[in-house]
Amino acid sequence: MSKELELLTDQVCAGYGYDPVNLLPILQEIQQRSEGNYISEEAARIIARKLNITESRVYDVVTYFSALSAVPRGDVIVQICNSTTCSICDNRELVTWFEDELGVKVGETTPDNKFTLIYTHCIGACDIAPAVRINHDVYGGLTREKVRELVASYRAKEAVK
Amino acid sequence: MKQVHEVHFITELFGKYDGSSLQSYLEAGGFKPLQQLLAGGSEKILKEIDESGLQGRGGAAYPTGRKLRQFLSEKAPRKFVVCNADEGEPGTFKDRELLRRNIYQVIEGMIITAVCTQAGEGIIYVREEYTNIHDHIEQAIESCYQHNYLGKNILGSGFSFELRLFSGAGSYVCGEGFAMCESMEGKSGRPRTKPPYVKQAGFLNLPTLVINTETLSAIVSIIRHGAHEFRKYGTAESPGTKLISVSGKVERPGVYEIPFGLTINEIVNGLAGGMKNGKKGNFVQIGGASGGILPARLWDTKYTYEDFSRAGMSVGSGAIVVADTETKLLDYLKVVQDFFNHESCGKCTPCREGNRQLRIIFDKIAAGTATAEDFYRMEIVLDVMGSTSLCGSGKTEVVPFNTAIKYFPEEFAVFAEFEKRAVI
Amino acid sequence: MKTVMLTIEKKVTLTIDGKKVTVPEGTTVLEAAKTAGIHIPTLCYLEDINKVGACRICTVEVNNRLQAACILPAEEGMVVKTNTSRVRQLRKHILALILANHDSNCPTCIRNNNCELQTLANELNLREEIFEREYARHVDDMSPSVVRDDSKCINCGRCVSICNEVQTVGVLGFVHRSDRTKVAPVYDKSLAELSCINCGQCIVNCPVGALREKDNTDLVWEALADKSKYVIVQTAPAVRAALGEEFGLPIGTGVTGKMVAALRRLGFDKVFDTNFAADVTIMEEGTELLGRIQSGGVLPLITSCSPGWIKFCEHKYPELIPNLSSCKSPQNMMGALLKSHYAKMNGLDPKDIFVVSVMPCTAKKFEVQREELEVDGIRDVDVSITTRELAQMIKEARIDFLRLEDEHFDEYYGESTGAAVIFGATGGVMEAAIRTVADILTGQEIEEVNYEFVRGMEGVKEARIKINEDITLNVAVVHGGANITALLDKVKNGETDYHFIEVMACPGGCVNGGGQPIVPDKIKMEINVPVERAKALYRADSAVKRRKSHQNPMVKKLYEDFLGEPNSELAHKLLHTTYVNRQ
Repeated sequence: MSKELELLTDQVCAGYGYDPVNLLPILQEIQQRSEGNYISEEAARIIARKLNITESRVYDVVTYFSALSAVPRGDVIVQICNSTTCSICDNRELVTWFEDELGVKVGETTPDNKFTLIYTHCIGACDIAPAVRINHDVYGGLTREKVRELVASYRAKEAVK
Repeated sequence: MKQVHEVHFITELFGKYDGSSLQSYLEAGGFKPLQQLLAGGSEKILKEIDESGLQGRGGAAYPTGRKLRQFLSEKAPRKFVVCNADEGEPGTFKDRELLRRNIYQVIEGMIITAVCTQAGEGIIYVREEYTNIHDHIEQAIESCYQHNYLGKNILGSGFSFELRLFSGAGSYVCGEGFAMCESMEGKSGRPRTKPPYVKQAGFLNLPTLVINTETLSAIVSIIRHGAHEFRKYGTAESPGTKLISVSGKVERPGVYEIPFGLTINEIVNGLAGGMKNGKKGNFVQIGGASGGILPARLWDTKYTYEDFSRAGMSVGSGAIVVADTETKLLDYLKVVQDFFNHESCGKCTPCREGNRQLRIIFDKIAAGTATAEDFYRMEIVLDVMGSTSLCGSGKTEVVPFNTAIKYFPEEFAVFAEFEKRAVI
Repeated sequence: MKTVMLTIEKKVTLTIDGKKVTVPEGTTVLEAAKTAGIHIPTLCYLEDINKVGACRICTVEVNNRLQAACILPAEEGMVVKTNTSRVRQLRKHILALILANHDSNCPTCIRNNNCELQTLANELNLREEIFEREYARHVDDMSPSVVRDDSKCINCGRCVSICNEVQTVGVLGFVHRSDRTKVAPVYDKSLAELSCINCGQCIVNCPVGALREKDNTDLVWEALADKSKYVIVQTAPAVRAALGEEFGLPIGTGVTGKMVAALRRLGFDKVFDTNFAADVTIMEEGTELLGRIQSGGVLPLITSCSPGWIKFCEHKYPELIPNLSSCKSPQNMMGALLKSHYAKMNGLDPKDIFVVSVMPCTAKKFEVQREELEVDGIRDVDVSITTRELAQMIKEARIDFLRLEDEHFDEYYGESTGAAVIFGATGGVMEAAIRTVADILTGQEIEEVNYEFVRGMEGVKEARIKINEDITLNVAVVHGGANITALLDKVKNGETDYHFIEVMACPGGCVNGGGQPIVPDKIKMEINVPVERAKALYRADSAVKRRKSHQNPMVKKLYEDFLGEPNSELAHKLLHTTYVNRQ
């Protein structure tokens, strides 16, 4: 595990010339390629060493930005927008649908570690509010049925992996 | 009400070409403004921008011509132009459309700005939430490199410009210049202190011009058609057109380009097709989460910098979030507060501790336990935040609350009500 | 090499509270106001270290706009008002916001009566708690040296700047954002589990009680009450230069005599001076240096007195471990000698001897627990307390410190030279070493003993000392993590030709250690604390007749009667140690 992580970290850091200015893209890439979809303490330590920066800086950045996580998450992140427009357009139903479909509450990860359901702030999809972001893709105008299909399609994709 | 139409000055090429092909952009007249610049020199172009009266569309509304000239006078071996596509104000999605439907015009705006200000490097800072359009943007950059619109010695002009995309990692405050620079340097997005300013010592402590996506697009259109065409729209103090994002309880939410001077009514009931399901309008929030709350009775207010300023708010990001009477104002403000409580960077006392206190107060309101004392606390918090916060984000966060108190005093009577109930 | 810029300094004139003030361009409004006799309140500000404009308590009106004075450069014609009703009101409200996120249970706080937040609340006349309190309640007390209490932290960021910028240790940082923002160790671990070097610089720069040393006074009281224990105390050189501050004496007052008297009143069986062991250290380390030079050993030799530096080296420069002197620190040499030679001399069972050390240092608490630092299963030192803890014990015992008559250390292990007392200031170990090594190399008693070039607060001090026609010693003195990092990167890359380097983890050396009395930043802006404390040590040095370690008659006797000669087998067993690669 440790060796793999060391290898991955070195590969990614090398791609960015070991320049700490690139810490954000480095962290995003390592996170995406790490089991648990997060930056582990061990990863942070290795990154800090490779880039010759303090571990506290790595931890700060990982906890500061919404797209980075210091704790393990599902491979698929389901983010339900909870900002102004989506709340006006009643996102509560959408929340229940996803909770039912995934069998977890907002803030939780499914027992198979495939899905994490969380709230997000505005994702710039207010014209199709209430909106949801699943990994990098954004969906709006959903119905109970469409949510079921959507979750099923991501489940199928995950199963192939 | 008179029939209102949207205009297509900045969005002229929307739908006119396949947004992802450089060839079709050229066929639609793309890069002619750049050719004009390369042929006629930058002074002529700067003059045109001055004359257009274009103001920065990121929210601060600083005259673009003046901004470019100030940046031109910054001398350094490396200078950066950063396109601010970190569109983070809730209810705003117009930059998304500019990037999706006319990315080449944004890039052309970057090149023109860089040539005019003698900057050799550029970055398009796109919010992480728009990851699904990152590839589209990067392909456009690649095409421009292939055809020498970017890179060394652009079109034989002797001018070189390197451009790349930088993805944020999810932080509203990074839309602020210094926080943006910090994040591009691989640090948390906490604003630095001024002076020096971003234009003097921004990214890597080098002169950096942070300029909004819409402003860049507008520059290209202004050069294409001339300042006088731009000034045919709008008012004397708010010349030209503006992209607005209309969302919420309207029939046709979306991005519209409007001439300054339309009323909110014309926008909501004209362009956006009226209130959804014929419900009664309650209020709009103008310009994002940090924007003012305007009650339906004042929807004949004109959409201009000057009219909004009189109403205690600003154009901001161009967002208009429309609420009907089913949305309770205090519930809405709780959502707004929740947003800031999630997004404040936490560096300075007024914003960090102010948001903590506001959260406590709004939780009490929701629980029905707020008292007159809490209202007194809220007013102190808003005063401290608005006047002593470190950056603009903290200072403007108070606008929705202050305008809500101003226009809906009756909603806040609940504090006194709770007090009474507590006594009984 | 210093480059002197010959430029004419531009001046600006501004008006502060109606008074015209002329200051050099680049001066902040805060500093300008100080010259006009106005103390604008500060909290997050730490001169030269933390200028972040975060707490906003220094808000003033500038040309009728509200600005933070600590980060605002003074400009020509500026009109600054620091005392309007608006400014006073806002400061109160900002303070109230901070207090709401702070456990204001002052009477039981370690910093009661020496807290910058408490002082401000008092000075700014804040008499009500406006907001509802909400604060974290996590305490990390797993480290043997540093205790962090989140409930007291006000997020000023001083410790973060100190830990990252000044010390380049980098275990403390800001994490999360908005009202979840907090100062935390990496991945919310305990400091005990991280590369924290226990220097305690975060403690002495914390404006409130969020950081404190691990309190070991109860262990000392317990030992003093235990009739079966023979309790010996030893005091480090820097303690005497600062202890008086805890009792209201001016910074830089030496209080050796009163300190010894107080320790006797507390009930210690013997009061000895770590300075004795400092002289022994010079004998051992000087011999080690000469040995390495003459036999082609690993150079540069790097001092090992500072336990913060040792841990720093073990974490960040394990490749330099062979360069570290194998000498234990004076604290531990003292302990080892007391439990061997002294015990034998006085017919005591080493197991019954309980050695307490009073140190200017929090890292010493970690050091005494190091596995390597025991001889035949017996710990060198049992408990280490800081200067602050000693002051606390004196207060708790109700001893009127200021009225104590001066007393002397007990015989033998209380004997020391001027070379030892300057160990407490940066450059002191180097100067002491040169005094002895030069005599040995030349075979003469060199009269001049003041090596000024290794003194002072410059971050890195270098010198080439021509001992005689054949020998030139290349030395460097460095203190504070950032300076250490800068110098050692060069050493690591083979860019230097030093023979000997003195390294102290704390900026300024032990006089400015993490266990020393805490001076509010308001006073630090006026007085250079380490400089003043160091003066007390140099005064003590020049006041004595014997100023070279090898002249200490009791040290000579120790070698004659017991150790044999420096670096002997017995000396190695008792006085030398090994290190651990912690990377």
